[in-house]
Amino acid sequence: MAANPSVGDILVEEIRVLITSDQDIVAARQQGRTLAVHLQFSPGDSTLIATAISELARNIVSYARRGEIRIRPMQNSDRPGIVIIASDDGPGIRDIRQAMRDGFSTSGSLGLGLPGVRRLMDDFEIVSEQGMGTTVTVKKWKL
Amino acid sequence: MEVPILKQGSFLIATVQAALTDADLLQFRSALIQHVVRSRSQGVILDVTDLDVMDSFASRTIREIAQMIRLRGAETVIVGIQPEVAFAMVQLGLTMEGVETALDLDEGLDFLNLKGKTGTS
Repeated sequence: MAANPSVGDILVEEIRVLITSDQDIVAARQQGRTLAVHLQFSPGDSTLIATAISELARNIVSYARRGEIRIRPMQNSDRPGIVIIASDDGPGIRDIRQAMRDGFSTSGSLGLGLPGVRRLMDDFEIVSEQGMGTTVTVKKWKL
Repeated sequence: MEVPILKQGSFLIATVQAALTDADLLQFRSALIQHVVRSRSQGVILDVTDLDVMDSFASRTIREIAQMIRLRGAETVIVGIQPEVAFAMVQLGLTMEGVETALDLDEGLDFLNLKGKTGTS
């Protein structure tokens, strides 16, 4: 069923967007949406995916100044999906539990918006170490 | 990228495009405020129909715009938030509390007129 060659359950084709400025935030979310639409995600889900990418890229610009967003299709036994990996070598997050707490971070005032991103997507994984940077991996499966 | 601002009577209508960067949004904010001051506008309609993503920054900036304009004694109404954008905003935890919204341009104009601020000069 899958049109692309795959390694494990993850397809090979990948989009990489270097994130260093607010323009890159727009570029990353537009490319992510294009891929989501290409993978036949609904307009609603494509918007959720683009919004999640926008927030993740924004965190990179705000807290690490530079990093990378990688977006690629994935496939498990019965359905396709999309993976977004946002990584940086920035200062890292001191208290991940606190950063994942609602209210600490949403409402667009300050904070990372990570609980919101988790709600937008199906899978959410964060690895962060102080002084070593942060990697957030999120996935969404097609309905 | 510049956001076009049209004057209609004592109202201003600004149409926000899809791919605005943070810098574009901030520039738009100051241009719009200046415009409100210069033309002594009584109401502003922010049309975000074409906006594909309303993330935390865009949402905060729009809220700030509405607050600044209110301090000038004018009303702001946001129109055209797309259903999927609204859904994503709610999931993200973004509300537009304290900011008036309406379905589209017509309803936005109705709202401003109802507020007793006439659009015909």
